[in-house]
This record gives sequence, C-alpha cells and structure tokens, in this order.
Amino acid sequence: MFWYLVKRLLASAPTLIAVLTVVFVIVRIIPGDPALTVLGDQATPAALAALRTKLGIDKPLHLQYVDFMLSALQGDLGRSLVSGRPVINEVTAVLPHTLDLTISSLLLGSAIGIPLGIWAALRRNRLADYVIRIVSLIGLSFPVFVSGIFLLLVFALQYRIFPVIGTSDLANLGDRAWKLVLPTLTLGLVMVAYITRVTRSAMLQVLSEDYVRTARAKGVPARLVITRHALRNALIPVVTVVGLYLGINIGNSVLTEIVFNRPGLGKVIVTALNQRDYAMLQGLMVIYCFLIVVTNLLTDLTYGLIDPRVKQS
Amino acid sequence: MSRGFLGRLIDVFGANKTSWVGLVLFAAICVVALLAPWIAGSDPLEQSIIDKLQPPSATHWFGTDEFGRDVYARLVWGARISLIVSISAITIALVVGGTIGLVSGYIGGRFDMLVMQAMDVLLSFPALILGLIIVALLGPSLHNLVIAISLTALAPFARIARAPTLIVKERQFVEAGRALGYSHARIVFVHVLPNILAEILVMASLWMATAVRVEASLSFIGLGVRPPTPTWGGMIRDGFENILDAPWLSIYPGLAILTLIFSLNMLGDGLRDATDPKLRGE
Repeated sequence: MFWYLVKRLLASAPTLIAVLTVVFVIVRIIPGDPALTVLGDQATPAALAALRTKLGIDKPLHLQYVDFMLSALQGDLGRSLVSGRPVINEVTAVLPHTLDLTISSLLLGSAIGIPLGIWAALRRNRLADYVIRIVSLIGLSFPVFVSGIFLLLVFALQYRIFPVIGTSDLANLGDRAWKLVLPTLTLGLVMVAYITRVTRSAMLQVLSEDYVRTARAKGVPARLVITRHALRNALIPVVTVVGLYLGINIGNSVLTEIVFNRPGLGKVIVTALNQRDYAMLQGLMVIYCFLIVVTNLLTDLTYGLIDPRVKQS
Repeated sequence: MSRGFLGRLIDVFGANKTSWVGLVLFAAICVVALLAPWIAGSDPLEQSIIDKLQPPSATHWFGTDEFGRDVYARLVWGARISLIVSISAITIALVVGGTIGLVSGYIGGRFDMLVMQAMDVLLSFPALILGLIIVALLGPSLHNLVIAISLTALAPFARIARAPTLIVKERQFVEAGRALGYSHARIVFVHVLPNILAEILVMASLWMATAVRVEASLSFIGLGVRPPTPTWGGMIRDGFENILDAPWLSIYPGLAILTLIFSLNMLGDGLRDATDPKLRGE
C-alpha cells in the first residue's frame, strides 16, 4: 500500500507543477498593476516602486517564476495584498466551513444515492425505476443557487425551521451542524441524484455478470448476492464519479456560500476577484488545484480498498 | 454503424421517449427565444417606478422587478442569452476540443501524451472556478463568457474524441485508406470522424446543460452579461436581494433555468442510452 501511495504521488507531481505554472501565467496576464491596486491612484511613484520591490514584481519574469515555484512547493503562498495576512492563514480560517459542507453533502449523497441506485437497478424498467430516474434527472438539472434559494424560501422564510444565514460558530458543534442543514441539502441533492444514477447503471452491469448468476445458482441468499457479490464490484465506478464530483462540488460551494451567506473558500475567492487581490487569487488557485489533486489521490486509494487487484497491479 | 449516422439518430428518437420529451421541451424554449420580439408583450428594459415589485397579475403575468420592469418580458428575452452563450460555447468546445482529440489520438506517441497532459491540467481546475477567473480576467461580456465556458468544456471533448479515435485508427478501413495514399487529413475527417460523431454529439447535449448552468451561475455571481440586458442568472441575483418582498423575482427565472437544463439532460440522457452499445436494449 505504501509504495502504491508513493507511486501515485510521484505520478501527480508533473500535473501539479504544470498547474502551478498555469496559475503563475494566469495571474501575470491579469490586467492592472498590483501595486497601484494596493496603494490607490494617489500613491507617489516612489511608494509604488518600493511596494513593487517588496512584492517581488519588479524582478524579471523568470526569476519571479522560480520564486513562486519554490515558495509554493514549500507551502508558502504569499500574503494577501489587501489584508497583508498570509494567504494560508486566510484559507485555514475558512477551510473548515467549506470542508464541512463538501463532506456532509458527500455523506448525504452516498447514504441516499447508493441504496436508491441499487433499488432502481433491482426494479429495472418498473415504476420505481422510472420514478427514480426522472426524479434524479430533475435533481441533476437544478443549478445549486436555484435549489438553494428554493430551499431557503420554503424552510427558512416560509416555515422558519432553519436559519437564513449560515455563518456558524465553529466551536459550537450544535450550532455548526444546525446551520449546515440547508446548505448540505442544497449541495447534497445534486450529489444524491448523481450517485443514484451511477450506482444504478453500475449495478445493472454487474448484475448481468456470470459470477452473480453463479452465486444465485448455488443458493446464496439474495441480500448477500447484492451486498457482497454485486455491490462491491459496482462500487468502483461509483467511487470514480464521487471523486470527480467532489471537484465540481468544491466549485459549487461558491454558490452555496453566497446563497446562505456562509464563510468559505468560495466567498474568499469572489472577494479576491472583486478586490483584484492577485496574491490571494494565486494562492487560492493553487489550493483549489491541490484539493483536486488530493481528491483524485484519495479516489485512487479507495479503489485499492475496494478492489485488491488495483493495489497489486 | 452500418445504418449511417442519420438513420440511427432517427431510430434513437423513435425508440426513446425520454429524448423526445427533452427535444420537444428544448425546441419550445428555442422557439420562445426566437419569437421574443413578438411574444414578450412589452419592452424588457422599460422601467416604471410606480409599478415596481408588483406580484403576478393579469397585466404582468410574472410580476415586476424593483425597477418596475415586466418579469415575463425579461424572462422571454433572457432565454436568448442563455441559448446564445451555451450554443456558441459548446460549438467552439466541440470543434476545437474534438479536433484536438482526433488529431492527438490519430498521431499518438509522445505528441498525444503531451496534449493529454495539457488537457489534464485544464481539468484540474473546477469548471466554475476556471470560468470565474477567466471572466474576471477578460471582463464580463457576452463574448468573454463564451470564451470562458468553451475553455472549461474543451478538455472533456478532447478526451471523448480521442478514446474512440485510438480504436478506430487501428481498423482495416483506415489502413486501406493509407494504402490508397489518402492524406492524413482526409483519413481523420472523412473516415474516422463519422465513426465517433455520435458519441461527440451525445456529449454536446449533456455539456450544453452544463454550459447553461455555468452561464447562469456566473451571471448570478455578477460576472455575466452586463445589466440591464436580461439574463436568467442576473434576474435571480436581483430577485435574491428582494427575496423577502418579492419571491417571484427569483422563482420564475429559477424555474426557467431548471426547465432548460432538464430538457437538455433528458435529450442527452436518452441519446446516450440509445447510442451506447453497452446500454442498448436496456
């Protein structure tokens, strides 16, 4: 397992370096002078020059690139141009909120989506299957901010069951969970729809395999055939999709955070864009991509857990 | 693939009710967008402060917004933006991405590896975040939205075109073409392309749905086509600010976006079931 992990880590290194390069290039071609953004129109040329030196943007591009790569690889993402605080601190301050949201919606999606998908596959082409398919397609069609607003209208404004604003106190677990309900439902509904559909088609494929027929023929109880023989093999594509979707979810969390006025990575990135805080943007993009690379890695590791053949190959 | 692409497409629609429903819904929205000047009833930009924030009524079917503009008229005109942005973006992504995938898969070797690595890098950015940054960088306009969304969809099209190309290029008719002295371009576009067209088109309808969603999301964040041009995402953004007094401002455009995306998903889903040999007969 250890060597498998090392091999996978090494394999994602070129992608990570390429991603960092792209981030560097993107931030450099954004129009505008960062020093001017920070100090404003009234700044003297001397002050501007001094700040440029301090930010390291007066150096030739290739040196800036080397600086950027070296510090990024050491985990130093620079300082925000606006607040002056290290990017990594700004991020770690809100990261728990974003992780709460993505992880809880993933759990909700799996807890409902996998059983629903199995059920639809077992009831293939019957009423339950059709209903599940149509409903999940509707679920997939909801843009997150639309479902978020609808949920907000019904459960927070009409019936006042849940709070309108999702900013929570991280230390107070009850408050944290309570304010997570509507945002989780918003992101989780898409997840449920997606996981249901993938589980259904993966189960359909597995259920027609010879070994499932063999298991049934030798008298294995139906429940065991489904859980032990079919589901375990059907889970690989499900995990792939969940992994892929986590990336999308990180993007979608931007919208959820806006609708429910929650702090989080998405809010930070939108603020940075509005303030033209290049240093912040650069650091945030690195973190987003890092999260995606980690997600892919976790997905691969889960394969190893589900299917021993993956580890050996 | 013996019946020809068009023949099979007709079969698909004949056999698959889901794709029919999707197609009809989508066509209906397209008709609404095309006929906007005649069916909108009033000018979507005309303000009337006395009539502001009126609930739905006989004169204003879907109510009015904070400037007293007719929500129904804005909704009808807004369909145009959604459709123009998503259709243009996906067409660009399909043509450029598809060509990259085809050529890369056909050439193979180190070139293919390099191109696919580049596509992987593009895929490492969440679509919405990538769109957000590109639009913020270029400035919000119709043109730039199209560029941003097509960039986010480029890599998936390259991948979907490449995979079957790798298989098709080993087939005998391609070798025969080469033996006959056909140019590479002719082999790729005349002989390989028709064999993978079905898969690319299914993908296109599903990605259209994503494009509509990304456009609406960017407009909702405030990075869409500039106001006062009506866009569905922008209407929800304005409506969200008045959600306590006028919930209809966000509800109707929300339902419109949902219907458009749903129709495209139905269409793509039905087409995929029918064209995917593994799922056929399901």
